[in-house]
Amino acid sequence: MLLNASGCLDALTAPEVARSLDGFVTKTITPEPRKGNPPVRIAETAAGMLNSIGLANPGRTCFLAETLPRLWELGVPLWVSVGGFSAADYAETCARLEGIEAVELNLSCPNVDEAPESAAAIVSACRAVTSLPLYAKLSPSTWDIAEAARAVEAAGADGLSLVNTLRGLALDERTLLPRLGRGTGGYSGPALKPVALAAVYACSAAVGIPIVGMGGVQSGLDALELIAAGASAVALGTILFSDPAAPARIRSELAVEAAARDLGHPLDARRAAHSSLQMGVS
Amino acid sequence: MRLERCRVTGAEQVGPYTLLRVDAGGLDAGVPGQFFMLEAPGRLLPRPMSVCLAAARELAFLIDPIGPGTQALCSLERGEELNVLGPLGNGFELDVERPLLVGGGIGIAPLPFLSERLGEPPAILGFRSDWHAEAAALVPNAEVCVEPTYVTELLPDHPGTVLACGPEPMLAALRARVPDAQLAWEAPMACGYGACYGCAIEIDGELRRLCVEGPVLRAA
Repeated sequence: MLLNASGCLDALTAPEVARSLDGFVTKTITPEPRKGNPPVRIAETAAGMLNSIGLANPGRTCFLAETLPRLWELGVPLWVSVGGFSAADYAETCARLEGIEAVELNLSCPNVDEAPESAAAIVSACRAVTSLPLYAKLSPSTWDIAEAARAVEAAGADGLSLVNTLRGLALDERTLLPRLGRGTGGYSGPALKPVALAAVYACSAAVGIPIVGMGGVQSGLDALELIAAGASAVALGTILFSDPAAPARIRSELAVEAAARDLGHPLDARRAAHSSLQMGVS
Repeated sequence: MRLERCRVTGAEQVGPYTLLRVDAGGLDAGVPGQFFMLEAPGRLLPRPMSVCLAAARELAFLIDPIGPGTQALCSLERGEELNVLGPLGNGFELDVERPLLVGGGIGIAPLPFLSERLGEPPAILGFRSDWHAEAAALVPNAEVCVEPTYVTELLPDHPGTVLACGPEPMLAALRARVPDAQLAWEAPMACGYGACYGCAIEIDGELRRLCVEGPVLRAA
């Protein structure tokens, strides 16, 4: 299953790209409208890119009244990414969503201040008000992501989205000042892939809930590796910026990579990376 | 928008700039002021470039090699291939009376195509040096100035309909002088088609995506 990473596609300006995915994940919705961070918001680096968008979105009320009805018309399964600055923010948005495929709780945006509650407390507050599938999107910037995964699973999460971007900084080589308006940004692209693999690998060993893997996927082989690490779905982020045709390409490459390994389906490779570990143990 | 693998048909020096020509294949040139995302070889992200010249089956882009991406584009040679996505954004409105084109530096890039579509109206172009000003040869009927003279100093009292592209201070000065001018802005972009929200600029207190709502905007 191929999705987009939240914030990396606008289905309303590029409906044909959204339709080439198995589901569209919205940009994160917060209770109040947000302009987002000041420009400059994008900086390419040697092995990735930094973004500092800052959860720009029209706010919950406008999203529900204006954006969501237009998204329904696309006929693509919808995942709504929910953000906030307190557990109550998240829960109030979740309570007003219905009929969608899943909710992704953005618990890890590196470009805004975090809610004071723990990820598990936020999941718990949302679990109390919705029966929709809840996916917790976690940051790789933690000592023990498996522990965070166990905590959100215990709090009622139905799945994990791994990983969000890493916080990074790029300096202008002439002035030595930050290239982004807000200073730091979220680091994504190919450099993130090993980080994503490690997070999926660790969490897959720690919890039983499904994982959407994302981070630096550029090819079908990248997607297969995330599946082998334990993901049961893969999301595309930065690659969509340079290649809006990536979903179809990666889907077909994924089939070729699976067939080359005598797998009937790419998901047959799921957790393949863990088998040598088990063999080493026994 | 359409994504095509395009073959480079030529690259020539125009002052410090490079005029990169590609086989358009099935790509529509669009309206002057619209842009394409050009794959920058070896880089993660493509670069937004407005169409400089559009001939039958050929698109040309005027590129200033200011960073690694534009330098990679300027190093392309005839026969090499690159991904090209477009046309994107909103171009200039062409149904205007007494058009006057105004360009500054690499901002003259969309003006040759615009001039052709408007029947070669008068133009005022400003550059930082005589070397940069060699690019003025691409725009017919152009009056050229070089710093310390600015284009706004050559602007007539009743300029007609100004269609402009250039550095931000130039566009800001024009906006103050000519409230109904059509101005083509620039911002760093990752995608060019509304996905990344990276190119948002503040207009009337709202942050808007330049790639979707621009790059050509009304001054007022």
